[in-house]
Parts: sequence; C-alpha cells; structure tokens
Amino acid sequence: MNAASERVAITGNQALAHAVRLARTEVIAAYPITPQTSVVEEIAGFCADGLMNARFIQTESEHSSMSACIGASMTGARAFTATSSQGLALMHEMLHWATGARTPVVLGEVNRSLAAPWTILTDQSDSMAQRDTGWMQFYAGSNQEVFDSTLLAFKVAEQALLPAMVVLDAFVLSHCVEGVELPPQPLIDEFLPRREAEISLDPDDPHAFGGMMFPDSFMEQRYKIQRAMETAGGMIVEHAAAWHELTGRELKPLHEYRVEDAEIVALCLGTAYGSFCAAVDELRGRGVRAGAVRMWQYRPFPARPLREIIPAGAPLAVVDRAVSFGHGGPVAGEAKAALDGHAPVCGFVAGLGGREILPETAAGIFHALLENTAEPDRINWVEVRE
Amino acid sequence: MREPRQETVTRLACDGSGPTGGHLACRGCGGVLAMQMAARVLGPNCVFVIPAGCMAVIDGPFPLSSLQAPLLHIAFEAAASAAAGVRAGLDARGKHDTTVVAWAGDGATFDIGFGAVSAAADRNDNVLYVCYDNEAYMNTGIQQSGATPAGAWTTTTPRANPKPTPKKDMLAIMTAHRIPYFASATPAFPDDYLAKLERARDTRGFRFLHVFTPCPPGQRFEEQNTVRVARKAVTSRVFPLVEVAGGKALTVFDAGEPTPVREYVRLQGRFSHLDDGEVERFAAEVDARWRWLIDWAERESDE
Repeated sequence: MNAASERVAITGNQALAHAVRLARTEVIAAYPITPQTSVVEEIAGFCADGLMNARFIQTESEHSSMSACIGASMTGARAFTATSSQGLALMHEMLHWATGARTPVVLGEVNRSLAAPWTILTDQSDSMAQRDTGWMQFYAGSNQEVFDSTLLAFKVAEQALLPAMVVLDAFVLSHCVEGVELPPQPLIDEFLPRREAEISLDPDDPHAFGGMMFPDSFMEQRYKIQRAMETAGGMIVEHAAAWHELTGRELKPLHEYRVEDAEIVALCLGTAYGSFCAAVDELRGRGVRAGAVRMWQYRPFPARPLREIIPAGAPLAVVDRAVSFGHGGPVAGEAKAALDGHAPVCGFVAGLGGREILPETAAGIFHALLENTAEPDRINWVEVRE
Repeated sequence: MREPRQETVTRLACDGSGPTGGHLACRGCGGVLAMQMAARVLGPNCVFVIPAGCMAVIDGPFPLSSLQAPLLHIAFEAAASAAAGVRAGLDARGKHDTTVVAWAGDGATFDIGFGAVSAAADRNDNVLYVCYDNEAYMNTGIQQSGATPAGAWTTTTPRANPKPTPKKDMLAIMTAHRIPYFASATPAFPDDYLAKLERARDTRGFRFLHVFTPCPPGQRFEEQNTVRVARKAVTSRVFPLVEVAGGKALTVFDAGEPTPVREYVRLQGRFSHLDDGEVERFAAEVDARWRWLIDWAERESDE
C-alpha cells in the first residue's frame, strides 16, 4: 500500500466511480439501468460537487451514451460510460463503431442477464455477447480490482487505441461493500497523465473519420485492429507491472490457486472464483490435488498464459456463466482451442440469472471431472432441473 | 418572388469549409447546395458530425473528403448524441468557439435518430443541428420516411398504396422543446437561408435548421428543376419558411401571393398518380396548415 493511499469501505460501483474521478475523465455519458445506476449517480455527484472537472451527459439511451463517448473521444478527451445487460445490448452497434473509430472509450459493465424473461441478477451473457466487438474485457474479482482495472483500462486503451470494458458481477460486487485502497491523485496522474491524442477532430488539422472504405483498404483496417489487440496483451503486462510498482497490487491475465501440482483444475471469471478456491481446499484436505484459475483478461484472449498455467494433461473444467445457444459456453470453446493437445477441457454452464455458485456447486464440478462423468463434447449443465 | 441580393452573391463567393469540387452528389442535389452555403457561413472553425445518408457518401470515400472542416461519420441514429459528445470533448479541451454541426437527413432526424435529437434539444446542447430534408430515404433508394408527405410515391409506398399519413410537423415538434433557435429554410431562397444560418451560428444552445432540399431522382423531376421545386414549395405554402428565436416571436417568410399547390405537385413524378381531386385535397391541407401557422404567429406576437 502506498503510504498516502486512503482506505475506504465502498461498493464495486463506487470503486468504479472513484477510478473514473481519479483518472480525471473529461466526459461521462450514461443512461440509467439497474444495477449500474449507482456508478453514474456517484459520478454525477462528483461533478456537481466540484470533485471532478468533467462534462456529465445524461442521454436518452445507451446507444446514445456510446455515441456521445465516441464523439468526445474523437476530440482527444478521455471518455467513460457504464451500463448493464439490455443497455449493453442496445449499445452493440456503437461498440463496433468505437473499435472501428479506434476510440479508447472505457466502459464499466455490471454483468446482468439478458431478458426475456426479466431478471436483474448476474451472469455474463451480456458481456460475452460482445466478445467480437473488438473491446478489451477485464473481469474483476473484487472491488479493489474493479478500481485497479479501470485505471489500467484507460492506460492500455489510450496507448493501443482500443476501447476497454471493465466487467463486474451484478450485486456481488456492484452493491457489496469491501475495503478499497484509493491511491493519492499525484500517483494516479503519474500512472495516467492527461490524454494526448495523436489525431483528433481539430479544425486546424481537418480530417474525415469513418468515411466509406472500399475493399482495397477495409481489410487492412480490420487487420490493424487485430494487430492492436495482439500488441495490447504486452501493454497490459507492462502497465500492470508499473501499477504493481506504484501500488503493490497485481493485475494479471490469469489468477491461479494451487494449480502448480494440480491433477484437476477449474476455470471461471468473476467472483465465483472464491467458491472454487474453497472447494480446492476442501478437496485437497481429502487428498485430491485440485486447483482453480480465474480469468481476469478475456480480450485479448490469454491463450499462451493459459497453456503455461494449466498442467499438461490435467483435465480442466471451464465454467461459463453464459451460453452460446447451439454450441456451448463461450470461454469453454476458446479454452478448448487454446489447450488443444495440452489438456482435456470440459465445458460447464452454471450460475445463470443470478443463481449462486456456492462451494458445493464448485465441488460438484470437480467431482464430475474426477469421476469422469463430465462430457467433453456437450454442455455440462450444473445443478439444472430437466 | 424575391431575387438574391448582390450581398448574397458576395457572401457565397467567399471561402468557406467546402465542399470542394469532386464531391459525389447527384446532379441537381439540393442537399449539397444547402451544404455549400452552410459551410461558407460557418467557416473553417467547425466540426461536422454526419450520420448515414446521402451526405455521408457525397463527402467522398476514404481517404478523400470534400469538406474543409473535420468530419466525424457516425451511425444512422447517432448524429445528435455524437455531436453532444464532440461538444463536451471540445469544451473539456477549452475549444468553446468551435461550432459543432450535426448534419443529418430526414430519415436520420424524423425517424431513427429522433430520440437522440429530442434528448439533445432537451439538454439544450450547444450544437447546430441541420436536417436536410428530401422527404424520403433517398440514399437507400427512395423509401418513405416520417418526412414523406401524404400521397407521395416511394418504393415502399407504391402508387397503388401511397403514403396515407402526413409529414411529421417538425416545426411543432422542435419548438415544443423550447430550444433557443428553430428555423425552416431552403437554399432556393438564399438570402433567407444565409441569414438564418448566421443567426443559428451566433446563437448558443441547441439550434435546429430544417432545410428543404429537393432530390431529383427521389422526387422524380429533372435535375435543372431543383431550385424551381423548392421555390414552388415555399410560394405554394407547402413548406413555409419560419423562424422561432428564443422560443417565441415566430416569423413567417412572406413569399407574396401564393402560387397554386398544383404547380408544385405537378413538377414531381412522385405525385403523378394523384388525380385532380386528390391534388385539391392536398391543397386544402396545405391551406389549413398555413392558417394554423399564421394564427400561431399572430398569437405569439400578441404575447
């Protein structure tokens, strides 16, 4: 902990808001949706109280929030929005636009299931449905990590010229209070100085952005986005090291628990990790060498770190809180491809629509691996009634 | 009918922000005529935000641009919101004197981007919003929009089933938002249009210019008739030129003795299926709306 840091008890949504404040974000455009609202309420309060020198735009839709962020970002300003679920789905068109326009917008995404039927509780189907939009995605495991990830997201986004999403579980993080260290403003300023855009909407140097592109150049534009994603992986490591230097806290693509000698491993994203760690301890107490992995960085996909962490030949359960209907869990499919020839992967789907992933749930998944009852070629539904 | 004054011609000759030669507008395009005059009045210190529509194509494909000011292309429904974001970003960087112009067609304004326009008006964002209105989705091949008048042919309102409902009343809609400046205009009356552009440029807050820009291929007339069609729209009172500044003091451009609506209608192939009785009903609606407008203007000036 930095000596001048302040330790406060705040929710995940407040952690997000404080990160946006300390990042000296210049434009915030947002539309309310449960469970995101307290993020923007907090930021609106910061702006009104003079704690932030930012323009706060309340839009009439999330589509407009992202459009406004793109416009602001194109002027060279630092822009942020936050949303959830239906709001993220409504933004979808502009998520693609933000990437294509190479605007480093940062989005706080509070994971909530998609309707119908209505629910406001957590799963990852909303953010997973945006995986092909060209946004970096970081799934937080704690309120502190929500805060840290947001600062890192701005840093990497502005260097790679790619937008970034900081993802947190609805209610489990968004509305639960934890201790969070807020570093002093000078430390943040050192890590994340004012944005200096190389090219922007500048009447002294006029350019047209986003006009019609023909086949002779469109594909190259797409290629450059993919190259930027690939380069961003290295930037994340580099800036996470700088963040660690400044704060003593670690941000890394994959977090692991007792994996080194594991004979079976489970991988998840978000707060379910705690249940898997508890199950690992319980199993190890009974002589089973289990391990758990939490994926913090989902885009760019950390294929190489995954191969390095998962012991060769150890069966891996990938637990998705989302379904790609007609196929399987989105992370499971990608992990399977990344670990081809390295370790067998079984895909599990659990915790949809806010259903808890308890230590017993996690233990059940490990047992399915151990007892060889999990099927590798289909979705293994966890605790679901037929 | 008034003719352009000498000072208008002088103003049109001075340098502005484009578009330059080489733009991709169709012959006789009313939209590009409106843009040429606007860009000259606005000068180089502005940023254009242009959604999907003819003007997104007209400006030119990558890496070309015929406008001489920065241009952000944006999705169809996003012009007003993106312009709000550009405004906020420029303000954050201290560039308060740069004019932000959202330049959108009738489809982008009356239909798909309507919510965003209303929100920007509601927030009174310091943005100049120009709707160039050719009364249908011309860029996608002439489909009806909320700006298409009753009785008009489009590819989605074929002659056997022309548009049954009237054009949305953008004057009533936008002035109901109590924005600082609203005006309807057309480049066919350049004195009036240029004066309104100047007042819009010099007003702060949300300004809305509703500009009638006839489209030869879409409205089915010869390309040399663009200005004639637009003038007939005004002189027949089909498209009244109105100005509402400060939410009050509605003024209506006096085009003299009205010309028959029939003359306006018969210039355009999109109305060719209307029989004389239908044209008379069209004229009766134009007349009723004109009386409502004059009544409103008088009420406003009495207050």
